Amino acid sequence: MLDVLIVDDSAAIRKILQRVLRQTEIPIGTVYEAGDGVEALETLRRQTIGLVLSDINMPNMDGLEFLTKMRAEQIWQGIPVLMVSTEGTQARVLEAVERGASGYVRKPFTADQIKEKLVGLI
Amino acid sequence: MTTNTEPAQPISREDLAEAIRAATNDVFTTMLNLTAAPGDVFVEKEEAVPSSGVVSLIGLAGSWVGSGSLACSANCAVAIASALLMTPYTAIDEDVLDAVAEVTNMIIGNVKTALEGRLGAMGLSTPTVIYGRNFQTRSSGNQEWTVVPFSLGEERLCVQVCIAPNLDAGKKTTRTGFPVPHLVRT
Repeated sequence: MLDVLIVDDSAAIRKILQRVLRQTEIPIGTVYEAGDGVEALETLRRQTIGLVLSDINMPNMDGLEFLTKMRAEQIWQGIPVLMVSTEGTQARVLEAVERGASGYVRKPFTADQIKEKLVGLI
Repeated sequence: MTTNTEPAQPISREDLAEAIRAATNDVFTTMLNLTAAPGDVFVEKEEAVPSSGVVSLIGLAGSWVGSGSLACSANCAVAIASALLMTPYTAIDEDVLDAVAEVTNMIIGNVKTALEGRLGAMGLSTPTVIYGRNFQTRSSGNQEWTVVPFSLGEERLCVQVCIAPNLDAGKKTTRTGFPVPHLVRT
């Protein structure tokens, strides 16, 4: 079973992504939620997470800074991270990939788009 | 000595309106499975807000600065949340306000992405949602809002953006090198 961490300051998006995760064939265990990068790092320290879905624009610590700090820790380097964000320019996508994102989906998204990306990552 | 770059006008009102229409259509059809039919664009000196209802505001900053917002009635906000979350809501609550905030974030975020190719990189704030009666919002300065109304069944919502060149961007101040008298010690 795969424990997942969803990082987004929008409770609505966290609910939607959790619903989409449960619709995939991936064996999802516990889904943890965080409202920003600070909470996300705390959750990573406490739990064994197998997949992260993260927004970029968030208060306190944005998704790119969270990604950089996450990838700086050897223990977390192998965890796939799917960025889910309104930031849609090529420059932003490249920046996320350079910082260690495993995949990128632009908002708005369909459930099928998320599922397709997840299957490619797991 | 101070130097300023002259502000460029690389986008027209119709460019902005088209970005709003495209982003709103994309969000509503993709995430809500609803059709929001655009009406005629108009310009408001003050933001076109209902006397009561829900307004969600987001700031834009960079080489251009401004704000974007979505304004609608309480009933419309409930319909948006019910569609986005696939859960029947009947009244405004925290979930409904959060849903409206996220829809606004996606629409204005996509407007920003559409415009960045010509206007340069911009940052997006987190949304602020206001709900109540008999209120108005104001932006500082004397800016005009480009307003695109949409019909959602019997309801109406407005997506509007106010944006202008950042006149502080690119300013450079250089000191000429002689001491300021009151700082000279003897």
